[in-house]
Amino acid sequence: MMKKLLAPLILVAFLVGIQLLCRWTDTLYYLTQMTMAGYYSLLVIGLCLVMGYAGQISLGHAGFFAIGGYLSAALTTRNLLPFQKTFLVKALSSAGLLISGQDIYGEKLLVVTPWAACIAAVLIAATIAFLIGIPVLKLKGHYLAMATLGFGIIIYRVVLASSYFGGADGISAVPSFKLLPGLTVNGSTSDRVQNYYIAWTLVLFGMFLLRNLINSRVGRALRAIHGSEKAAESIGVDIARYKLYSFVLSAVFAAVAGVFLTHYNGSIGPSEASVMKSIRYVAIVAVGGMSHIWGALFMSVILNFLSLRGVFGSYDDAVFGVILILIMLFAPNGILRIGLGAKLKSFFQPKGE
Amino acid sequence: MFCCGWPAWSSHAGLSADFFMTFELFIQYLFAGITYGSIYAIVAIGFNIIYNTTGIINFAQGEFVMLGGMISISLLSFMPLPLAIVLAVGITMVVGALIEIVFIRWLDTPSVLRMIIITIGISILIREAALFIWGENVRSLPYFVGNEITTVGILGARVSPQVLWVIGSCCVMVLVLNIFFRSTSVGREMRACSANRKAAILCGINTRNMVTLSFVLSAGIGALAGCMMSPITYTQYDNGTGLAIKGFTVAILGGLGNSGGAVAAGLLLGIIEAFSVSVVPLAFQDAIAITILLLILFIRPHGLFGSKEAAGLREF
Amino acid sequence: MAFLEVTNLCKQFGGLKAVSDVSFQVEKGVIKAVIGPNGAGKTTLFNLISCSLTPSSGKVRFDGYDLKGKKPHQVAALGLGRTFQNIEMFAEMTALENVMVGRHIQSRSGFFASMFKMPWTLPEERNIREKSMELLDLLGVLDCADVEAGSLAFGQQRAVEFARALAMEPKLLLLDEPAAGLNIYETAEVGRLIAKISDLGITVLLVEHDMSLVMDISDEIVVLSFGQTIAEGLPSEIRNDPEVIKIYLGE
Repeated sequence: MMKKLLAPLILVAFLVGIQLLCRWTDTLYYLTQMTMAGYYSLLVIGLCLVMGYAGQISLGHAGFFAIGGYLSAALTTRNLLPFQKTFLVKALSSAGLLISGQDIYGEKLLVVTPWAACIAAVLIAATIAFLIGIPVLKLKGHYLAMATLGFGIIIYRVVLASSYFGGADGISAVPSFKLLPGLTVNGSTSDRVQNYYIAWTLVLFGMFLLRNLINSRVGRALRAIHGSEKAAESIGVDIARYKLYSFVLSAVFAAVAGVFLTHYNGSIGPSEASVMKSIRYVAIVAVGGMSHIWGALFMSVILNFLSLRGVFGSYDDAVFGVILILIMLFAPNGILRIGLGAKLKSFFQPKGE
Repeated sequence: MFCCGWPAWSSHAGLSADFFMTFELFIQYLFAGITYGSIYAIVAIGFNIIYNTTGIINFAQGEFVMLGGMISISLLSFMPLPLAIVLAVGITMVVGALIEIVFIRWLDTPSVLRMIIITIGISILIREAALFIWGENVRSLPYFVGNEITTVGILGARVSPQVLWVIGSCCVMVLVLNIFFRSTSVGREMRACSANRKAAILCGINTRNMVTLSFVLSAGIGALAGCMMSPITYTQYDNGTGLAIKGFTVAILGGLGNSGGAVAAGLLLGIIEAFSVSVVPLAFQDAIAITILLLILFIRPHGLFGSKEAAGLREF
Repeated sequence: MAFLEVTNLCKQFGGLKAVSDVSFQVEKGVIKAVIGPNGAGKTTLFNLISCSLTPSSGKVRFDGYDLKGKKPHQVAALGLGRTFQNIEMFAEMTALENVMVGRHIQSRSGFFASMFKMPWTLPEERNIREKSMELLDLLGVLDCADVEAGSLAFGQQRAVEFARALAMEPKLLLLDEPAAGLNIYETAEVGRLIAKISDLGITVLLVEHDMSLVMDISDEIVVLSFGQTIAEGLPSEIRNDPEVIKIYLGE
């Protein structure tokens, strides 16, 4: 029992430690990048489920992040006032899903509440994942990779070209997201610590769900699919359905990450949907060890944090490209799995013992 | 991405308010389509050559095209155009060989997933290296004959002679490749390699060298196409990705591994794209190729001309 | 009506007729063997029965159900299990986990229930684990339980694969060359195992090359050659059938 709690406890200790350290050294701005890294990690662990456990490569996951982020941004900023006479708007209004306010110019504004927008965005992302997943997951290998890549590019093109989604400038002035009385997701510096814990609580909850799933009948079935589809079928695993459900689940994780990060940042741009982002997430999962969610989380925090701090400079994409190649050439099962411990042991033991 | 490269002369004709298209406009769109189509076909053939010999899809295929253009532009300051092109193609071929030797040759039994990720990584590296060397500037080779407003009359329409260079060189490449694979001993050995690797080894064919050769060939034809199209479409460090996707679409459309099919499919995609300019907003241009790709993958993954059995992914 | 009925089954790959007009029946509780030289179409036959392949023509009926258009996992859910010629282990899972997956159709917990660790999943998990341990014990590989299946010895992997197939509580088991790669003692062990399985009430259809094993344990034999049935009957009949002798030894 204790062994199971060890990893999450270490994580919690680590997180609290970071926060306290930042407060003492007056470097609280690091928390901003840690918060963002947290949200990206939510996407990464979902992707880890699909790639590492179900064994399906997805080069388009940034697309689901973008769907979540963009939809919640658009719904909470696009003014419905011009349409207030229509049936739909009246229905939404009476359901309490709309909120009045003022935009930055002082004009009256009628938009969807963040909660409603969040739920709508995630549901739509899940539906798209479901619809896309059915044909796409029948494909294998290169075909699957290309299809998911193609999906990601289409999302990118749509948000780039559409004025509803702000085109090349994206959507800004996204309002804060009041989760509960007293708990808000926003970008203000005074709420930095609160947002930090909100993000990481979400990640921990996600890890909890995934960990349960992996150690269950479903998790074993997924790993079986990864191991040998033929054999998995022969013992009654419905391969198509399990691949689809895990794909949709990972899309939900990505979409939630997108919604929350957008409210945190107050904006979202087309680069969040770009191919390079999708590849970056794949790289992180690969480095952390394909079927090792703690490894993926660990790597995600480190790499995302460094990237967001600008440590890689303008070579950001190149770094992830190099990481991808190096890992795939030398440690295809991820860094944590190359048996470093065993290798060191055999190195130090005298021969012939 | 790619859309800004549509030949200048194609927009001169303008679009009439009614839907009726003049014959002249039709011919111009047709030529635009065939031009781009030939380039897509060459990229697709590059995919096919490597795929046939190794079972790998080389995601970095588009970068070869970009490199051909970029290197020749840089060399132009030191030597006449024909020499610059020849040298650029040669250098890109060396790059292709290096990629194979450094990254691929010594892998034992790579899984498909691993290969996909490695070639994606290689494509990123080449792109970033290009960014580092040449910056973000858009460049181009000068027109081989005349300049950008020189035109030649064909079937009543005015067409840039560069278009003829592109189409001509692609045809020559296809012909030469055909002869190479059919009549030369090396070409036959490569075909043996692709048909059955183990048997080829038993026959004494050095399959490792065949693999390197396939990369060299793909790099070469990609680079040459890149040089030919540079005056029309301009070259930029990130040209490669878009081309790779379209090339892949064409390869799949024609049946993976089937180069005859690639030619037909390339022309088809090029022409569809060209004529779609009149109905689809420019921003969604690239989405057409992807939509076709997705449709083909969902409905008929073995392509228009491939057979179902042959569509099973090969062993490396 | 027989437990498993194969009627006029044909499978054509392009110009090649892998299975050509094959018909036979398997009664409940019987151990039936399919034999024939290499390339006779035996594995293709199994793939057709388990619905990994669709027949070009012909029918398969199992336990009264027509298997036409069914997917492999649906066939498994009906109670038809199989093993593979090249042992398809889930290499990165432990032996125990391999067998636990075998309990898949005998358990219920879905995505939501598993994720939120709903209370009713816990007894089911315990049950799965216990049953799997029992099966590993039955096959004599209990001490391999926590070893990664990919690093087990060949004989042990075979045993785990058997345990996995038994875990789904099949009514009929297709065994594809269970003695392949095993030595004389291990083969005898397999023979005892198959007899034990049959005693549990499970019908067995096996493909095998080892003649002594086949003659020893089978109740009935079907002989295939070039995709066609050559003979069918009791081991003593088959042993002396001139046609059968011809295809094995030539003219």
